[in-house]
Amino acid sequence: MSAIDINALNVWFGEGDDRNHAVKNVSLKIAKGESFGLVGESGSGKSTVLRTLVGLVDDWDGRMEVDGKVLGRKRDGAFYKTVQMVFQDPYASLHPRMTVDQVLSEVLKLHGFKDVNDRVNRLLEQVGLGGGFRFRYPHQLSGGQRQRVAIARALASEPRILLLDEPTSALDVSVQAEILNLLTDLRAEFGLTYLMVSHDLGVIGHMCERIAVMQFGEIVEELDVENMRKLSAGHAYTQHLLESSLGSVR
Amino acid sequence: MSHLLDVENLWVKFPTRNGVFDAVRGISFSLGRERLGIVGESGSGKSMTGRAVLQLIRKPGRVEADRMEMNGTDLLGASDKAMRKIRGRHISMIMQDPKYSLNPVMTVGQQIIEALRTHEKVSQAEARKRALEMLDAVAIRDPERVMGLYPHEVSGGMGQRIMIAMMLIPNPEILIADEPTSALDVSVQLQVLEIMDKLVKDRGMGLIFISHDLNLVSKFCDRVVIMYAGRIVEVCEASKLHEAKHPYTQGLLNSVPDLVHPRPRLEVLTRDPAWREAPSVSALL
Repeated sequence: MSAIDINALNVWFGEGDDRNHAVKNVSLKIAKGESFGLVGESGSGKSTVLRTLVGLVDDWDGRMEVDGKVLGRKRDGAFYKTVQMVFQDPYASLHPRMTVDQVLSEVLKLHGFKDVNDRVNRLLEQVGLGGGFRFRYPHQLSGGQRQRVAIARALASEPRILLLDEPTSALDVSVQAEILNLLTDLRAEFGLTYLMVSHDLGVIGHMCERIAVMQFGEIVEELDVENMRKLSAGHAYTQHLLESSLGSVR
Repeated sequence: MSHLLDVENLWVKFPTRNGVFDAVRGISFSLGRERLGIVGESGSGKSMTGRAVLQLIRKPGRVEADRMEMNGTDLLGASDKAMRKIRGRHISMIMQDPKYSLNPVMTVGQQIIEALRTHEKVSQAEARKRALEMLDAVAIRDPERVMGLYPHEVSGGMGQRIMIAMMLIPNPEILIADEPTSALDVSVQLQVLEIMDKLVKDRGMGLIFISHDLNLVSKFCDRVVIMYAGRIVEVCEASKLHEAKHPYTQGLLNSVPDLVHPRPRLEVLTRDPAWREAPSVSALL
Protein backbone atom coordinates (compact mmCIF):
# COMPACT_ATOMS: atom_id res chain seq x y z
CA MET A 1 0.00 0.00 0.00
CA SER A 2 1.39 3.37 -0.99
CA ALA A 3 1.34 6.39 1.26
CA ILE A 4 0.01 8.56 -1.52
CA ASP A 5 -1.61 7.29 -4.68
CA ILE A 6 -2.88 9.87 -7.13
CA ASN A 7 -4.55 8.67 -10.27
CA ALA A 8 -5.53 10.82 -13.25
CA LEU A 9 -5.91 14.01 -11.25
CA ASN A 10 -7.30 17.03 -13.07
CA VAL A 11 -7.66 20.45 -11.49
CA TRP A 12 -9.32 23.55 -12.85
CA PHE A 13 -9.43 27.15 -11.76
CA GLY A 14 -11.96 29.76 -12.78
CA GLU A 15 -15.26 29.63 -14.59
CA GLY A 16 -16.45 29.83 -18.18
CA ASP A 17 -13.95 31.32 -20.61
CA ASP A 18 -11.39 31.86 -17.88
CA ARG A 19 -11.44 28.22 -16.90
CA ASN A 20 -7.87 27.16 -16.63
CA HIS A 21 -6.86 23.53 -16.70
CA ALA A 22 -4.08 23.76 -14.12
CA VAL A 23 -3.30 20.10 -13.57
CA LYS A 24 -3.77 17.58 -16.35
CA ASN A 25 -4.04 13.88 -15.81
CA VAL A 26 -1.40 13.63 -13.10
CA SER A 27 -0.69 10.24 -11.55
CA LEU A 28 1.74 9.64 -8.72
CA LYS A 29 2.55 6.75 -6.42
CA ILE A 30 4.61 7.41 -3.35
CA ALA A 31 5.63 4.54 -1.13
CA LYS A 32 5.67 4.73 2.66
CA GLY A 33 8.80 6.34 3.99
CA GLU A 34 9.80 7.61 0.61
CA SER A 35 10.81 11.15 -0.16
CA PHE A 36 9.41 12.27 -3.46
CA GLY A 37 10.16 15.51 -5.25
CA LEU A 38 7.99 17.46 -7.61
CA VAL A 39 9.85 19.98 -9.75
CA GLY A 40 8.86 22.44 -12.40
CA GLU A 41 8.60 26.11 -13.13
CA SER A 42 6.16 28.45 -11.46
CA GLY A 43 2.76 27.88 -12.96
CA SER A 44 3.47 24.25 -13.82
CA GLY A 45 0.90 23.07 -11.27
CA LYS A 46 3.25 21.45 -8.76
CA SER A 47 1.95 23.36 -5.76
CA THR A 48 -1.61 22.86 -6.96
CA VAL A 49 -1.18 19.10 -6.70
CA LEU A 50 -0.25 19.51 -3.04
CA ARG A 51 -3.01 21.98 -2.34
CA THR A 52 -5.58 19.72 -3.93
CA LEU A 53 -4.35 16.79 -1.91
CA VAL A 54 -4.89 18.63 1.39
CA GLY A 55 -8.29 19.91 0.31
CA LEU A 56 -7.52 23.55 -0.41
CA VAL A 57 -8.84 23.27 -3.98
CA ASP A 58 -12.41 22.23 -4.80
CA ASP A 59 -12.58 21.89 -8.55
CA TRP A 60 -10.90 18.59 -9.28
CA ASP A 61 -11.59 15.10 -10.50
CA GLY A 62 -9.63 11.89 -10.46
CA ARG A 63 -8.80 9.53 -7.68
CA MET A 64 -6.62 10.28 -4.69
CA GLU A 65 -5.74 7.79 -1.99
CA VAL A 66 -3.83 8.40 1.20
CA ASP A 67 -2.84 5.34 3.20
CA GLY A 68 -5.28 3.30 1.16
CA LYS A 69 -8.23 5.56 1.93
CA VAL A 70 -9.96 7.23 -0.99
CA LEU A 71 -10.33 10.96 -0.54
CA GLY A 72 -13.70 12.56 -1.07
CA ARG A 73 -14.68 16.18 -1.38
CA LYS A 74 -14.23 16.90 2.32
CA ARG A 75 -11.29 15.92 4.49
CA ASP A 76 -11.94 14.73 8.03
CA GLY A 77 -9.89 15.15 11.16
CA ALA A 78 -8.27 11.76 10.68
CA PHE A 79 -6.88 12.92 7.35
CA TYR A 80 -5.15 15.88 8.93
CA LYS A 81 -3.72 13.61 11.58
CA THR A 82 -2.02 11.71 8.78
CA VAL A 83 -1.13 14.51 6.37
CA GLN A 84 0.23 17.95 7.14
CA MET A 85 1.65 20.67 4.97
CA VAL A 86 4.50 23.17 5.35
CA PHE A 87 4.11 26.27 3.25
CA GLN A 88 6.63 28.25 1.31
CA ASP A 89 6.65 31.59 3.01
CA PRO A 90 7.23 31.53 6.76
CA TYR A 91 6.51 35.26 6.79
CA ALA A 92 2.97 34.74 5.56
CA SER A 93 2.00 31.39 7.02
CA LEU A 94 2.12 32.31 10.72
CA HIS A 95 -0.57 34.48 12.29
CA PRO A 96 1.11 37.79 13.17
CA ARG A 97 -0.90 38.25 16.36
CA MET A 98 -0.46 34.78 17.78
CA THR A 99 2.52 33.71 19.81
CA VAL A 100 4.34 30.51 18.98
CA ASP A 101 2.62 29.00 22.01
CA GLN A 102 -0.84 29.95 20.73
CA VAL A 103 -0.08 28.70 17.21
CA LEU A 104 1.00 25.29 18.47
CA SER A 105 -1.58 24.96 21.27
CA GLU A 106 -4.44 25.71 18.89
CA VAL A 107 -3.40 22.92 16.56
CA LEU A 108 -2.88 20.49 19.44
CA LYS A 109 -6.32 21.26 20.88
CA LEU A 110 -7.95 20.85 17.48
CA HIS A 111 -6.43 17.40 17.28
CA GLY A 112 -7.78 16.56 20.71
CA PHE A 113 -4.54 16.22 22.62
CA LYS A 114 -4.82 16.64 26.37
CA ASP A 115 -1.20 17.22 27.39
CA VAL A 116 -0.86 20.42 25.36
CA ASN A 117 1.72 22.04 27.61
CA ASP A 118 4.22 19.16 27.44
CA ARG A 119 3.66 18.71 23.76
CA VAL A 120 4.38 22.35 22.92
CA ASN A 121 7.70 22.05 24.73
CA ARG A 122 8.50 18.77 23.03
CA LEU A 123 7.64 20.13 19.58
CA LEU A 124 9.88 23.13 20.07
CA GLU A 125 12.67 20.80 21.18
CA GLN A 126 12.17 18.62 18.12
CA VAL A 127 12.60 21.49 15.69
CA GLY A 128 15.64 22.82 17.52
CA LEU A 129 14.03 25.81 19.18
CA GLY A 130 14.29 26.00 22.93
CA GLY A 131 11.51 26.89 25.33
CA GLY A 132 12.70 30.50 25.15
CA PHE A 133 10.90 30.87 21.87
CA ARG A 134 7.57 29.76 23.20
CA PHE A 135 6.04 33.13 23.95
CA ARG A 136 7.40 35.07 21.02
CA TYR A 137 5.44 36.57 18.18
CA PRO A 138 6.41 35.81 14.58
CA HIS A 139 7.95 39.26 14.07
CA GLN A 140 10.39 38.46 16.86
CA LEU A 141 11.71 35.47 14.93
CA SER A 142 14.05 35.21 11.96
CA GLY A 143 12.95 33.53 8.75
CA GLY A 144 14.61 30.26 9.66
CA GLN A 145 13.08 30.25 13.14
CA ARG A 146 9.65 30.93 11.67
CA GLN A 147 10.01 28.02 9.30
CA ARG A 148 10.94 25.85 12.27
CA VAL A 149 7.73 26.93 13.98
CA ALA A 150 5.79 26.11 10.82
CA ILE A 151 7.40 22.67 10.80
CA ALA A 152 6.58 22.22 14.49
CA ARG A 153 2.97 23.11 13.75
CA ALA A 154 2.88 20.53 10.96
CA LEU A 155 4.37 17.91 13.29
CA ALA A 156 1.88 18.66 16.07
CA SER A 157 -0.70 16.12 14.94
CA GLU A 158 1.99 13.44 14.61
CA PRO A 159 1.43 13.02 10.88
CA ARG A 160 3.05 10.30 8.81
CA ILE A 161 3.07 12.31 5.62
CA LEU A 162 4.44 15.81 5.21
CA LEU A 163 3.75 17.90 2.15
CA LEU A 164 6.52 20.45 1.76
CA ASP A 165 5.81 23.34 -0.56
CA GLU A 166 9.15 25.06 -1.26
CA PRO A 167 10.02 24.95 2.44
CA THR A 168 13.37 26.72 2.07
CA SER A 169 13.07 29.00 -0.92
CA ALA A 170 12.54 32.08 1.25
CA LEU A 171 15.63 31.38 3.34
CA ASP A 172 19.36 32.04 3.17
CA VAL A 173 21.56 29.15 2.02
CA SER A 174 23.10 28.83 5.45
CA VAL A 175 19.65 28.67 7.07
CA GLN A 176 18.39 26.45 4.28
CA ALA A 177 21.11 23.97 5.19
CA GLU A 178 19.87 23.93 8.80
CA ILE A 179 16.24 23.41 7.80
CA LEU A 180 17.09 20.67 5.29
CA ASN A 181 19.17 18.90 7.93
CA LEU A 182 16.26 19.21 10.34
CA LEU A 183 13.87 17.70 7.80
CA THR A 184 16.31 14.87 7.14
CA ASP A 185 16.57 14.14 10.88
CA LEU A 186 12.82 14.28 11.44
CA ARG A 187 12.22 11.90 8.60
CA ALA A 188 14.70 9.41 10.02
CA GLU A 189 13.28 9.78 13.53
CA PHE A 190 9.58 9.46 12.74
CA GLY A 191 9.72 7.51 9.48
CA LEU A 192 7.91 10.26 7.64
CA THR A 193 6.94 10.27 4.00
CA TYR A 194 7.76 13.48 2.18
CA LEU A 195 6.20 14.94 -0.90
CA MET A 196 8.30 17.97 -1.62
CA VAL A 197 7.81 20.69 -4.17
CA SER A 198 10.73 22.83 -5.20
CA HIS A 199 12.16 24.58 -8.19
CA ASP A 200 15.67 24.09 -6.82
CA LEU A 201 17.03 20.85 -8.20
CA GLY A 202 19.95 20.96 -5.81
CA VAL A 203 17.57 20.86 -2.86
CA ILE A 204 15.41 18.17 -4.44
CA GLY A 205 18.45 16.10 -5.31
CA HIS A 206 19.63 16.35 -1.71
CA MET A 207 16.29 15.44 -0.15
CA CYS A 208 14.50 13.06 -2.50
CA GLU A 209 14.95 9.61 -3.95
CA ARG A 210 12.60 10.04 -6.85
CA ILE A 211 11.35 13.06 -8.71
CA ALA A 212 8.63 13.93 -11.18
CA VAL A 213 9.03 16.86 -13.54
CA MET A 214 5.99 18.95 -14.32
CA GLN A 215 5.41 21.31 -17.19
CA PHE A 216 2.18 23.06 -18.17
CA GLY A 217 0.22 21.00 -15.65
CA GLU A 218 1.44 17.62 -16.82
CA ILE A 219 4.06 15.25 -15.54
CA VAL A 220 6.53 14.98 -18.36
CA GLU A 221 8.92 12.59 -16.71
CA GLU A 222 9.58 10.58 -13.59
CA LEU A 223 13.13 9.65 -12.75
CA ASP A 224 15.25 8.60 -9.82
CA VAL A 225 17.92 10.70 -8.29
CA GLU A 226 20.73 8.57 -9.70
CA ASN A 227 19.71 9.38 -13.24
CA MET A 228 19.24 12.96 -12.25
CA ARG A 229 22.82 13.12 -11.04
CA LYS A 230 24.07 11.52 -14.21
CA LEU A 231 22.07 14.14 -16.09
CA SER A 232 20.47 11.39 -18.12
CA ALA A 233 16.95 12.61 -18.44
CA GLY A 234 14.71 11.18 -21.11
CA HIS A 235 12.69 14.31 -21.74
CA ALA A 236 14.16 17.41 -23.36
CA TYR A 237 12.55 19.72 -20.82
CA THR A 238 14.02 17.82 -17.87
CA GLN A 239 17.42 17.96 -19.50
CA HIS A 240 17.01 21.70 -19.95
CA LEU A 241 16.05 22.10 -16.29
CA LEU A 242 19.01 20.05 -15.13
CA GLU A 243 21.43 21.94 -17.31
CA SER A 244 20.17 25.34 -16.29
CA SER A 245 20.31 24.44 -12.64
CA LEU A 246 23.88 23.26 -13.05
CA GLY A 247 24.65 26.39 -15.02
CA SER A 248 23.47 28.53 -12.18
CA VAL A 249 25.32 26.63 -9.50
CA ARG A 250 28.64 26.37 -11.24
CA MET B 1 39.48 58.92 -11.10
CA SER B 2 37.37 57.36 -13.77
CA HIS B 3 35.57 54.83 -11.63
CA LEU B 4 31.83 54.81 -12.02
CA LEU B 5 31.42 54.76 -8.30
CA ASP B 6 33.70 55.35 -5.35
CA VAL B 7 32.55 54.81 -1.82
CA GLU B 8 34.79 55.27 1.20
CA ASN B 9 33.98 54.44 4.78
CA LEU B 10 30.25 54.07 4.35
CA TRP B 11 28.08 53.72 7.44
CA VAL B 12 24.35 53.20 7.61
CA LYS B 13 22.97 53.90 11.07
CA PHE B 14 19.56 53.45 12.56
CA PRO B 15 18.84 55.00 15.93
CA THR B 16 16.77 52.66 18.09
CA ARG B 17 15.58 52.70 21.67
CA ASN B 18 18.62 50.67 22.65
CA GLY B 19 21.17 52.88 20.98
CA VAL B 20 22.32 53.22 17.40
CA PHE B 21 22.20 50.12 15.23
CA ASP B 22 24.84 50.05 12.52
CA ALA B 23 23.57 48.15 9.50
CA VAL B 24 26.67 48.94 7.46
CA ARG B 25 29.89 49.57 9.32
CA GLY B 26 32.50 51.50 7.41
CA ILE B 27 32.89 49.74 4.09
CA SER B 28 34.83 51.03 1.11
CA PHE B 29 34.45 49.90 -2.47
CA SER B 30 34.60 51.18 -5.98
CA LEU B 31 32.90 50.10 -9.15
CA GLY B 32 34.56 50.28 -12.54
CA ARG B 33 33.00 49.13 -15.77
CA GLU B 34 32.65 45.72 -14.26
CA ARG B 35 30.24 43.45 -12.54
CA LEU B 36 30.67 43.62 -8.80
CA GLY B 37 28.93 41.05 -6.68
CA ILE B 38 27.96 41.70 -3.08
CA VAL B 39 27.13 38.52 -1.20
CA GLY B 40 26.04 37.80 2.32
CA GLU B 41 23.15 36.50 4.35
CA SER B 42 20.06 38.48 5.12
CA GLY B 43 20.96 41.14 7.64
CA SER B 44 24.55 41.45 6.47
CA GLY B 45 23.95 44.92 5.12
CA LYS B 46 24.23 44.17 1.43
CA SER B 47 20.86 45.62 0.47
CA MET B 48 21.45 48.62 2.71
CA THR B 49 24.68 49.29 0.83
CA GLY B 50 22.79 49.37 -2.46
CA ARG B 51 20.13 51.64 -1.04
CA ALA B 52 22.63 53.97 0.58
CA VAL B 53 24.26 54.66 -2.79
CA LEU B 54 20.91 55.87 -4.10
CA GLN B 55 20.14 57.75 -0.88
CA LEU B 56 17.12 55.55 -0.37
CA ILE B 57 17.62 55.03 3.35
CA ARG B 58 14.52 56.28 5.05
CA LYS B 59 14.61 58.51 8.11
CA PRO B 60 15.48 58.07 10.91
CA GLY B 61 18.20 56.03 9.21
CA ARG B 62 21.39 57.93 8.41
CA VAL B 63 24.04 57.46 5.76
CA GLU B 64 27.55 58.61 6.58
CA ALA B 65 30.67 58.30 4.46
CA ASP B 66 33.98 60.00 3.89
CA ARG B 67 33.39 60.01 0.16
CA MET B 68 30.67 58.81 -2.18
CA GLU B 69 31.06 59.83 -5.79
CA MET B 70 29.58 58.78 -9.08
CA ASN B 71 31.88 59.58 -11.98
CA GLY B 72 33.35 62.32 -9.84
CA THR B 73 29.93 63.76 -8.90
CA ASP B 74 29.35 63.91 -5.18
CA LEU B 75 26.34 61.89 -4.07
CA LEU B 76 26.56 62.60 -0.37
CA GLY B 77 25.74 66.29 -0.52
CA ALA B 78 23.32 65.98 -3.45
CA SER B 79 19.93 67.59 -2.89
CA ASP B 80 16.74 65.59 -3.16
CA LYS B 81 16.11 67.25 -6.50
CA ALA B 82 19.54 66.34 -7.82
CA MET B 83 19.12 62.77 -6.58
CA ARG B 84 15.86 62.42 -8.48
CA LYS B 85 17.75 63.24 -11.67
CA ILE B 86 20.40 60.67 -10.83
CA ARG B 87 18.05 57.86 -9.89
CA GLY B 88 16.88 56.01 -12.93
CA ARG B 89 18.88 58.09 -15.38
CA HIS B 90 22.37 57.36 -14.06
CA ILE B 91 21.92 54.75 -11.37
CA SER B 92 19.03 52.34 -11.47
CA MET B 93 18.03 49.70 -9.01
CA ILE B 94 16.19 46.45 -9.45
CA MET B 95 14.49 45.69 -6.18
CA GLN B 96 14.11 42.40 -4.44
CA ASP B 97 10.39 41.83 -4.72
CA PRO B 98 8.47 42.87 -7.82
CA LYS B 99 5.21 42.38 -5.94
CA TYR B 100 5.94 45.37 -3.73
CA SER B 101 7.95 47.43 -6.17
CA LEU B 102 5.52 47.74 -9.06
CA ASN B 103 2.65 50.18 -8.86
CA PRO B 104 -0.47 48.07 -8.40
CA VAL B 105 -2.85 50.58 -9.97
CA MET B 106 -0.96 51.24 -13.20
CA THR B 107 -0.66 48.88 -16.11
CA VAL B 108 2.75 47.45 -16.86
CA GLY B 109 2.93 49.44 -20.09
CA GLN B 110 2.13 52.75 -18.43
CA GLN B 111 4.82 52.17 -15.81
CA ILE B 112 7.53 51.36 -18.31
CA ILE B 113 6.58 54.31 -20.50
CA GLU B 114 6.57 56.57 -17.46
CA ALA B 115 10.06 55.40 -16.54
CA LEU B 116 11.31 56.28 -20.01
CA ARG B 117 9.51 59.60 -20.41
CA THR B 118 10.61 60.87 -17.02
CA HIS B 119 14.16 60.89 -18.24
CA GLU B 120 13.94 61.29 -21.99
CA LYS B 121 11.88 63.51 -24.26
CA VAL B 122 10.17 61.02 -26.54
CA SER B 123 6.71 60.87 -28.01
CA GLN B 124 4.11 58.52 -26.55
CA ALA B 125 4.19 56.40 -29.70
CA GLU B 126 7.98 56.15 -29.67
CA ALA B 127 7.97 55.35 -25.95
CA ARG B 128 5.43 52.63 -26.52
CA LYS B 129 7.51 51.12 -29.28
CA ARG B 130 10.60 51.10 -27.11
CA ALA B 131 8.71 49.65 -24.18
CA LEU B 132 7.57 46.81 -26.41
CA GLU B 133 11.12 46.19 -27.58
CA MET B 134 12.36 46.23 -24.02
CA LEU B 135 9.74 43.70 -22.91
CA ASP B 136 10.75 41.57 -25.83
CA ALA B 137 14.40 41.88 -24.78
CA VAL B 138 13.59 40.48 -21.35
CA ALA B 139 12.00 37.43 -22.98
CA ILE B 140 8.37 38.23 -22.42
CA ARG B 141 6.30 36.44 -25.00
CA ASP B 142 3.40 38.47 -26.35
CA PRO B 143 4.53 41.92 -25.07
CA GLU B 144 1.44 43.61 -26.57
CA ARG B 145 -0.80 41.73 -24.17
CA VAL B 146 1.49 42.18 -21.16
CA MET B 147 1.59 45.96 -21.67
CA GLY B 148 -2.09 46.11 -20.80
CA LEU B 149 -1.89 43.92 -17.69
CA TYR B 150 -1.80 45.07 -14.09
CA PRO B 151 0.98 43.80 -11.81
CA HIS B 152 -1.34 41.42 -9.95
CA GLU B 153 -2.11 39.71 -13.23
CA VAL B 154 1.47 38.67 -13.91
CA SER B 155 3.51 35.97 -12.20
CA GLY B 156 6.38 36.83 -9.86
CA GLY B 157 8.92 35.83 -12.45
CA MET B 158 7.30 37.93 -15.11
CA GLY B 159 7.02 40.84 -12.68
CA GLN B 160 10.75 40.76 -12.14
CA ARG B 161 11.44 40.78 -15.85
CA ILE B 162 9.15 43.78 -16.16
CA MET B 163 11.14 45.49 -13.42
CA ILE B 164 14.36 44.81 -15.31
CA ALA B 165 12.83 46.23 -18.47
CA MET B 166 11.66 49.31 -16.62
CA MET B 167 15.02 49.93 -14.99
CA LEU B 168 17.06 49.47 -18.13
CA ILE B 169 14.93 51.51 -20.48
CA PRO B 170 16.39 54.94 -19.52
CA ASN B 171 19.87 53.55 -20.21
CA PRO B 172 21.54 54.09 -16.82
CA GLU B 173 25.30 53.85 -16.35
CA ILE B 174 25.10 51.89 -13.15
CA LEU B 175 22.64 49.15 -12.38
CA ILE B 176 22.17 47.93 -8.85
CA ALA B 177 20.41 44.60 -8.90
CA ASP B 178 19.21 43.52 -5.48
CA GLU B 179 18.46 39.80 -5.62
CA PRO B 180 17.06 40.20 -9.11
CA THR B 181 16.46 36.54 -9.77
CA SER B 182 15.67 35.06 -6.38
CA ALA B 183 12.00 34.98 -7.31
CA LEU B 184 12.57 33.32 -10.66
CA ASP B 185 12.62 29.69 -11.75
CA VAL B 186 16.03 28.20 -12.45
CA SER B 187 15.23 27.78 -16.10
CA VAL B 188 14.41 31.48 -16.52
CA GLN B 189 16.97 32.64 -13.99
CA LEU B 190 19.85 31.97 -16.32
CA GLN B 191 18.04 33.48 -19.23
CA VAL B 192 17.24 36.68 -17.33
CA LEU B 193 20.78 36.93 -16.03
CA GLU B 194 22.13 36.46 -19.52
CA ILE B 195 19.85 39.23 -20.78
CA MET B 196 20.98 41.48 -17.96
CA ASP B 197 24.57 40.53 -18.54
CA LYS B 198 24.35 41.26 -22.24
CA LEU B 199 22.65 44.62 -21.73
CA VAL B 200 25.21 45.59 -19.13
CA LYS B 201 28.07 44.61 -21.44
CA ASP B 202 26.64 46.19 -24.58
CA ARG B 203 25.99 49.50 -22.88
CA GLY B 204 29.23 49.54 -20.95
CA MET B 205 27.33 49.72 -17.69
CA GLY B 206 28.61 48.96 -14.25
CA LEU B 207 26.65 46.35 -12.36
CA ILE B 208 26.35 45.84 -8.63
CA PHE B 209 24.82 42.44 -8.17
CA ILE B 210 23.51 41.85 -4.68
CA SER B 211 22.70 38.24 -3.92
CA HIS B 212 22.82 35.56 -1.29
CA ASP B 213 23.70 32.99 -3.93
CA LEU B 214 27.48 32.70 -4.00
CA ASN B 215 27.61 30.37 -6.94
CA LEU B 216 25.39 32.52 -9.06
CA VAL B 217 27.47 35.57 -8.25
CA SER B 218 30.70 33.79 -9.04
CA LYS B 219 29.35 33.01 -12.46
CA PHE B 220 27.98 36.43 -13.34
CA CYS B 221 30.44 38.81 -11.74
CA ASP B 222 34.05 39.84 -12.13
CA ARG B 223 34.71 40.68 -8.51
CA VAL B 224 32.94 39.50 -5.40
CA VAL B 225 32.65 41.27 -2.07
CA ILE B 226 31.54 39.09 0.84
CA MET B 227 29.76 40.90 3.63
CA TYR B 228 29.12 39.81 7.16
CA ALA B 229 27.46 41.88 9.89
CA GLY B 230 27.83 45.16 8.00
CA ARG B 231 31.47 44.70 7.08
CA ILE B 232 33.37 43.29 4.16
CA VAL B 233 35.14 40.12 5.25
CA GLU B 234 36.68 39.20 1.94
CA VAL B 235 37.14 40.48 -1.61
CA CYS B 236 38.12 38.15 -4.39
CA GLU B 237 38.08 37.51 -8.09
CA ALA B 238 34.84 35.76 -8.95
CA SER B 239 36.66 33.02 -10.79
CA LYS B 240 38.73 32.30 -7.69
CA LEU B 241 35.81 32.26 -5.28
CA HIS B 242 36.29 28.57 -4.60
CA GLU B 243 39.75 29.33 -3.28
CA ALA B 244 38.27 31.78 -0.79
CA LYS B 245 40.10 31.83 2.51
CA HIS B 246 37.66 33.28 4.99
CA PRO B 247 35.82 30.57 6.96
CA TYR B 248 32.55 32.45 6.49
CA THR B 249 32.85 32.34 2.71
CA GLN B 250 33.83 28.68 2.83
CA GLY B 251 30.91 27.94 5.14
CA LEU B 252 28.48 29.60 2.78
CA LEU B 253 29.89 27.69 -0.17
CA ASN B 254 29.60 24.39 1.66
CA SER B 255 26.03 24.87 2.81
CA VAL B 256 24.66 24.75 -0.73
CA PRO B 257 23.19 21.38 -1.65
CA ASP B 258 24.93 20.02 -4.68
CA LEU B 259 23.15 17.92 -7.24
CA VAL B 260 26.19 16.10 -8.57
CA HIS B 261 28.13 15.59 -5.35
CA PRO B 262 25.58 14.52 -2.77
CA ARG B 263 26.35 14.56 0.93
CA PRO B 264 24.26 12.95 3.63
CA ARG B 265 24.26 16.15 5.67
CA LEU B 266 24.77 19.74 4.76
CA GLU B 267 27.40 21.72 6.54
CA VAL B 268 26.03 24.25 8.95
CA LEU B 269 27.83 27.52 9.58
CA THR B 270 29.33 27.99 12.99
CA ARG B 271 29.77 31.67 13.51
CA ASP B 272 32.84 33.07 15.10
CA PRO B 273 32.22 36.31 17.05
CA ALA B 274 35.64 37.50 15.88
CA TRP B 275 34.32 37.85 12.29
CA ARG B 276 32.05 40.62 13.46
CA GLU B 277 34.90 42.57 15.02
CA ALA B 278 37.51 42.14 12.31
CA PRO B 279 38.14 45.35 10.36
CA SER B 280 36.39 45.76 7.05
CA VAL B 281 38.42 44.76 3.98
CA SER B 282 38.70 47.48 1.37
CA ALA B 283 37.25 46.78 -2.06
CA LEU B 284 38.57 49.96 -3.65
CA LEU B 285 40.12 49.65 -7.06
